[in-house]
Amino acid sequence: MLLKKRERESAEINGSSMADIAFLLLIFFLVTTTINVDTGIGMVLPPPLDPEVEPPPIRERNQMNILVNAQGLILMDEQPVSINEVKTKLIEFINNPNNDETLAVSPEAAIVSLKTQKETPYRIYIDMLDEVMGAYKDLRDAASRANYGVEFDRLKPESPQRENIQDMYPKKISIAAEED
Amino acid sequence: MAHFKKKQAGTKQEIPTSAMPDVVFMLLFFFMVTTVLREVTLKVKLDLTTANNIEKIEEKRLVSYIYMGPERLENNQFGEDKVQIDDSIVEDIGAIRNLMYDKLLEEPKLIVSLRVDENSEFGLLTDVQKELQQAGTFRINYSTKRED
Repeated sequence: MLLKKRERESAEINGSSMADIAFLLLIFFLVTTTINVDTGIGMVLPPPLDPEVEPPPIRERNQMNILVNAQGLILMDEQPVSINEVKTKLIEFINNPNNDETLAVSPEAAIVSLKTQKETPYRIYIDMLDEVMGAYKDLRDAASRANYGVEFDRLKPESPQRENIQDMYPKKISIAAEED
Repeated sequence: MAHFKKKQAGTKQEIPTSAMPDVVFMLLFFFMVTTVLREVTLKVKLDLTTANNIEKIEEKRLVSYIYMGPERLENNQFGEDKVQIDDSIVEDIGAIRNLMYDKLLEEPKLIVSLRVDENSEFGLLTDVQKELQQAGTFRINYSTKRED
């Protein structure tokens, strides 16, 4: 009898290189992935005006008129100011600690009206809006720290605390282009 | 003399690597799912401005972008300020209304992110904003970078 002596080939597929292939793909996706978070200034636009309905009257003292021209010069209630002063002035206007007759009755009633010329570069407009947002952020942080001991950003979204602070200092910002 | 033979531990010293591909594949799938390959080709020049008091948008799927800036022409020249939505430039500002309204129907909690070049004029922005008001997309976001 003839005994064939042959080595049996293993029936398995060599899986050791599988990891290499997977790593290669993994590295490709690692490199191409951009987990970029979009950052910016959030706003909520008002609904369009109905031409037949008269806009509700606003008391003059509750409205802070900020005018910005294309050169970046600022007028706040007819007074020229520099951009560094805007924030402190706004906080004073909204809070009105001394119950000044010309400043807002209460923070809830305060309206910031931002008007810019059509030719104003976007950069100047955003700088201006940034200051307004900064003023509101400072106010909200202060109120939040006084009431809850933490900054406003650290209050949970949609928590009653957060909504409380938002009601105390609602962001009432009106944006318009100067009509010529 | 008595020899003390060191007792060898009976266990193998190798780490079983057969599960490694599984781990790697899991990571791979994670990155495949999170990767956004489709990026819009910009037809306008876009240099974002910077600001301090900014917030992050966590819900990326709610965001729809509008780009504004000087149009890129051939041989590296820039034309007038234009508005780009998705992949094409919108010549007629009045058409934005319908475009955005359709998007709003698809995604009721839509956030419109305005990516505007820092030198483009405010007038164009107000025109676009008026259209957004008409479309009913009130949540907007002025896209800016963080100031260092």
